[in-house]
Amino acid sequence: MSAVAEPGARSDPTLETARLRYVLRLADTSLVLGQRLGEWVGHAPALEEDLGLANLALDLIGQARLLLGYAAELEGRGRDEDALAYLRDAPEFLNLTLAEQPNGDFADTVVRQWLIDAWQLEIYGGLAGSSDERLAAIAAKSLKETSYHYRFSSGWLTRLGDGTEESHARTQRSLATLWRFTGELFAPDEVDERMSAAGIAPALPEAGGRWQERIAADLRRATLQCPASHPYPWHGKRGVHTEHLGHLLAEMQHLQRTYPGARW
Amino acid sequence: MSETDWPLFEVFIRSRSGLEHKHVGSLHAADARMAVEHARDVYTRRQEGVSIWVVRSADIIASDPAEADSLFEPARDKVYRHPTFYAIPDEVKNL
Amino acid sequence: MYTQALDSQGRDLVAAPPGEAAASAAFQARIDADEKVEPKDWMPEAYRQTLIRQISQHAHSEIVGMLPEGNWITRAPSLRRKAVLIAKVQDEGGHGMYLYSAAETLGISRSQMVEQLLSGAAKYSSIFNYPTLTWADVGAIGWLVDGAAIMNQIPICRCSYGPYARAMVRICKEESFHQRQGFEIMLTLAQGTEAQRAMAQDALNRWWWPSIMMFGPSDVDSKHTAQSMRWKIKRFSNDELRQRFIDITVPQAQFLKLTIPDPQLRWDEATQHFRIGPIDWSEFQAVLQGNGPCNRERIEARRAAHRAGAWVREAAAAHAAKHSGREGAQA
Repeated sequence: MSAVAEPGARSDPTLETARLRYVLRLADTSLVLGQRLGEWVGHAPALEEDLGLANLALDLIGQARLLLGYAAELEGRGRDEDALAYLRDAPEFLNLTLAEQPNGDFADTVVRQWLIDAWQLEIYGGLAGSSDERLAAIAAKSLKETSYHYRFSSGWLTRLGDGTEESHARTQRSLATLWRFTGELFAPDEVDERMSAAGIAPALPEAGGRWQERIAADLRRATLQCPASHPYPWHGKRGVHTEHLGHLLAEMQHLQRTYPGARW
Repeated sequence: MSETDWPLFEVFIRSRSGLEHKHVGSLHAADARMAVEHARDVYTRRQEGVSIWVVRSADIIASDPAEADSLFEPARDKVYRHPTFYAIPDEVKNL
Repeated sequence: MYTQALDSQGRDLVAAPPGEAAASAAFQARIDADEKVEPKDWMPEAYRQTLIRQISQHAHSEIVGMLPEGNWITRAPSLRRKAVLIAKVQDEGGHGMYLYSAAETLGISRSQMVEQLLSGAAKYSSIFNYPTLTWADVGAIGWLVDGAAIMNQIPICRCSYGPYARAMVRICKEESFHQRQGFEIMLTLAQGTEAQRAMAQDALNRWWWPSIMMFGPSDVDSKHTAQSMRWKIKRFSNDELRQRFIDITVPQAQFLKLTIPDPQLRWDEATQHFRIGPIDWSEFQAVLQGNGPCNRERIEARRAAHRAGAWVREAAAAHAAKHSGREGAQA
């Protein structure tokens, strides 16, 4: 299903470039986060959490497939979801830097998940009214998944923050480690501004304010302290990543790169 | 190694509106909210449910199989509770 | 899903003490009448212990079975394959949970069973002590290992113990996509590039005999079969199931145009069965004793996950204790 628009509305090349980049940011964030969760399967703290984390991974891979499929169409170079996932190099990936951070311990994974789930709630929620019908449809479906993910991750944040002394200390440490990547989430750049001006994407500053309130409330419930904010140097949205992404992609893309042109 | 065990919960799923909840198995969870999430993850992956009940196994009161005779046997010869016991001529409708 | 005939590993059944003879006879009569035994029903202690051992080993097999395939989730060569593999491994975890649930109705707890697995006291299907070296191994496992497991499992859907039979019905329903997924992978590889064909053949070479051995020792060497069959825990013999598997699978390999690694494999016109060459049981025994390629790694992975997760489980329990009494009617 493609977004039906008047011919003229799609003929602005700079808008179309921004649209493609915007879709890739969403797609790559879901893909990279889903890939990280896939690493947990068989190693979670309890069998029930293996199943829970696997569900999250499946939802995120599903979102990535829908979004990458759309991105491939927008790009118009005859690529498909797999070509985008398996044959781009790190500088071409536009995921949030937060998504590529390693799993660490369960607290690191829960904090990373919760921060991104709260972000996706704002983004998918805002996209439901998008002038881009395709994005609106994908967002509506994804929002239901994200609502469950947020329930899962915020529930665990509370249990770990307000559990034992050890779990509290670990979670506070995870927050300290990951908080510096949150600056990127709602700081708008020229792509974000073009998208919100065109009625395609929600305006980031307002969404960021709501995100901040939700995060603060969750931290209070979990008896955790919000770390101090620092100016952020991370630009995953622009393809400038941490060293982690290279290793993640090397593992993910290995087979397709080793056997070029093969069908799987 | 000693750690706190998560209690056992029994899971009941209603697969469709109009049907009753059916017992599908059990799982471990630390609290009620987690039990519902686990039940959702374990027992409804294939759209098998529209409603979940979880009950702590310790709260279930069950009849004692040793008393099966006195609990259930007396109903056996009271066949007049079953509609097929009564002979109604075929021409009579709506009975 | 990953059952193996593990009931015949050298433990002799103890005869019922004299006072129980009448109760045992009544119990056997119920079994013979195809009645189901439910939790809390009277049952011979040997019946209970046999089931606890068989069900828990079956559950352990599902859990350990998540590891060889989980090994390829991050490297799955397409997004669709990645999603399908995650779903399959997740199902295996779910199957383990249904089975632990069923075993718990017999009076053993989940943590006791986990302790038995991690300490090495409990067994699990030996097939998971083999490594998954290539993507084709993922296909071979789905096609052969799941195929063998399905053959073992379907009869158990009619076993005499209610919770086990019901868990198996659920498992068998979910199982059908697992084998198809594996075969589809093998088909894609067999019809692919030269390198992919070679990958598929190599995987078949390594997984064929271990899959054949999943059905357990030959009937003549199987001590427990008779009693398990009388109690309708086991419905068909090892050799019967193994032969069925061979007859179904050989034509599938022929369709793939892959060669089964058995120079003595032949069609026996007289009996209308495929006959295989001799099985090397010494390898099976070595793997069962703990000296297979991955025994240590598999158990160590489960121990590590359990250890690393202890603080998480404690935190959840501590949180629940702090907030108990505030659970609403809707969670």
